[in-house]
Amino acid sequence: MKNCLTALLLLTFTCFSWAQTQATSVNFETQTITMAMTQEPPQLNGMKATDQVSIMILSHVMEGLTRYDRRGNIVPGVAERWEVSDTEATFWLRDDAMWSDGQPVTAHDFVFAWRNALKPQTASEYAFILYPLLNGEAINKGEMDPAALGVEALDDRTLHIRFERPTGYFDKLTAFVTYFPVRQDFFETKNQRFGADAEDLVYNGAFQISQWVHSASLRMTKNPYYWDRDNIHLNAINADYITADTRSRLNLFIDGKIVSTALDGETYKDALTQRFRIRRFTTGTVFFLEYNHREQRVTANLNLRRAIQHVFDPDEMVNKVLATPGNLPGKSLFPVWLKGKTDKFRQEYRAPEAALDLDLAREYLQKAKTELGLTAMPPLVLLVGDSPTAAKQAEYLQGKLKSTLGLDIKIDIQTFKQRLAKMTAGDFDIVAAGWGPDFDDVMTFGDLLSSWNLNNRGRYNNPAYDEQVRIAMNSADPKVRMDAMGKLQQIVFDDAVVLPQYEQGVIYLLHPELRGVVRRVVGADPDFTYAQVVKPNQTK
Amino acid sequence: MLAYTLKRLLAGIITVWFIATATFMAMHMVPGDPLMNDKAVSAEIRKNLEVKYGLDKPVVEQYFIFMGNMLQGDFGISFTQQNRRVNDIIRDHFPVSATLGLLAIFFAATGGVIWGALTAIYRNRLPDIIIMFLVILGISVPSFVFAALGQLMLVNINSLLGFSLIPVAGWGTFSHMLMPSMVLGLGTMALLTRLMRSSMLEIVNEDYIKTAKAKGLSPMRIFFKHQLRNAILPVITILGPSIAAITTGGFVVELVFAIPGLGRYFVQAVQQLDYTVIMGTTVFFGAFLVLMVILVDIIYGFVDPRVRLQ
Repeated sequence: MKNCLTALLLLTFTCFSWAQTQATSVNFETQTITMAMTQEPPQLNGMKATDQVSIMILSHVMEGLTRYDRRGNIVPGVAERWEVSDTEATFWLRDDAMWSDGQPVTAHDFVFAWRNALKPQTASEYAFILYPLLNGEAINKGEMDPAALGVEALDDRTLHIRFERPTGYFDKLTAFVTYFPVRQDFFETKNQRFGADAEDLVYNGAFQISQWVHSASLRMTKNPYYWDRDNIHLNAINADYITADTRSRLNLFIDGKIVSTALDGETYKDALTQRFRIRRFTTGTVFFLEYNHREQRVTANLNLRRAIQHVFDPDEMVNKVLATPGNLPGKSLFPVWLKGKTDKFRQEYRAPEAALDLDLAREYLQKAKTELGLTAMPPLVLLVGDSPTAAKQAEYLQGKLKSTLGLDIKIDIQTFKQRLAKMTAGDFDIVAAGWGPDFDDVMTFGDLLSSWNLNNRGRYNNPAYDEQVRIAMNSADPKVRMDAMGKLQQIVFDDAVVLPQYEQGVIYLLHPELRGVVRRVVGADPDFTYAQVVKPNQTK
Repeated sequence: MLAYTLKRLLAGIITVWFIATATFMAMHMVPGDPLMNDKAVSAEIRKNLEVKYGLDKPVVEQYFIFMGNMLQGDFGISFTQQNRRVNDIIRDHFPVSATLGLLAIFFAATGGVIWGALTAIYRNRLPDIIIMFLVILGISVPSFVFAALGQLMLVNINSLLGFSLIPVAGWGTFSHMLMPSMVLGLGTMALLTRLMRSSMLEIVNEDYIKTAKAKGLSPMRIFFKHQLRNAILPVITILGPSIAAITTGGFVVELVFAIPGLGRYFVQAVQQLDYTVIMGTTVFFGAFLVLMVILVDIIYGFVDPRVRLQ
């Protein structure tokens, strides 16, 4: 027993010896902030990253040709100016863009990164975002050599790009992680370990990762080689806590340990009693019910889908079921924040709305039964994820469709991977799905239901829909593109392809002494790049 | 003795092999696809992913490749933490779980012995009733409730004091470990209290206690020298498996207190169908448990000659 005690004391001592000082959430003197992450970034190889945490970290430590400013506009990044036409684009890189080891960022770094991301062997899930480049898709499918990609470095500072099709929003794409540069010599020395640890990356963004203890902490410090370093105020961003538990993060916030935390239905009530200022942010993701359009399914019947369309009330969904502030009722596949020709898309093209009309809905249902030759509808399988909110929403729908149309719903709750497998195999009648934007253009939602899109899990197939997508794809004229998208919005409604439920909003807490944090729909979210800590008495 | 030890070891190896095989088969039978993600990928990319992780080969061949690599101590690359080796994950995170677990066992063992002894001394009187009530709470209330309550308590203490006395979450210093290890050890402490109580009560009526009383020894001396030392034996024997159970069972505590332990990987790998991490952590934890049991068996063999003959 005595030995046991000695061992324990020794253990205690070692624990103290690698002790770190306990940081507070904000520090004005050192311009340091501490935050929590929901998970460890799984992939810091920009060519392959797909998840939000990795993209958030990468956007702080890397920079593409362009970047988003505080107001969400595209501004120069590594490139100081550029010209984009229907067929080609040229980017001129700035002289003072450096890697964190002092070497210059050159046009060759972009050529290498883009070719590499498209190589089939890389197996990048985001490779499709590079398809606007000439031969991009063919290379990704292994039909062409990566050298045939429509990108070349005319010299160290000039990057020339040829397009597969007109891409008016190309300057927005270049702000995305898959378009970030990678230095060939560095990548090759790391081989398979590129991005696995802090020293397995070289940085060209506003910050660099100076310490990364897996699953425990990640420390980003100001990059002394960053060209715009004078406009970066924070010296360090410490992600000292990694936990998906919202209550745990709220406790850390109350204890003054982290600058920000998202709230859910439960923690929201506690935050209210603590009298914190609760902020809202619309994530840009649209949640909808996707019908299975495969022939053998009853949901392939238009009148059945219309019947459901006329009894579903998105306002009730948002106010009574979700019941946290910030969510918007879903009226269209195209969310409200998307830009149109000059104004917001949804202001230029109003979303058609189905009136809540039970008699009409029953009429549609009767027609559906006649067409299907059924006296009673079989139970519909509603596939949902395994979160408590997903179950709540599913039960609401179950009750709603039973009480109005007398339809039976069988709820099929599945874990993440199992749900995906069933979605892909078409093993459902209705699936609760969501779609978030990959880039800041209406096309990121528009082509979702085209017949060739693999994410169209309901296998909706309508030549009229595909045609409008092609029109928008092959034009750089905003009017032509937006008119086509307006028609798509109408088709989605008329055909009741999917049933929009809500546009996701999140509520969160933010330390009042931290200013300039940007929440973004596309790219790094939250973005601390331009943030700074103000003196306590400056806060209201 | 040597033959006995070797026999135990051989049985242990077969057990680990069985664990590995059963996990491998169960894992491949679970519906779902480890390579599927939110964004659908083209058939070409999928094929490349399958080649990278060796999933393009028949399952039987995958099994033999896995077994071969496992014998060389290599569990491969994680599916979700894409550039990390499973060996690195175990090496980085098991020490954290082990530290937490050992501290939890320390709390559980000292607490269990003290409370158990107290209940036996005050048998059927008020302290016994109160402690036994708390013991039943400790056994029946799940650890996530205690974890949340414990953390809330820290938040309240800190806000009363106006500064952070004990951190509410995180990892790094000894003060970070206090609350999570107490929460983690609570269930085992309750179990040990009951064990200690019954073993104390058994001993009270033994002849040698009566002799000690008859000799006129002081009650304190009888308690420490005779009762406690004999009653503690069953508690020590149960510690081996308890250590394994606690160091591997801390998922919830690790989540709530933001602790970078292996338990998180163990559970999340199953949810994410991260084949290599599932195999790595299961085989590792399985082997650890088997090793603990073997150690106890061998120690038994030393202590009790009857065991060796079986």
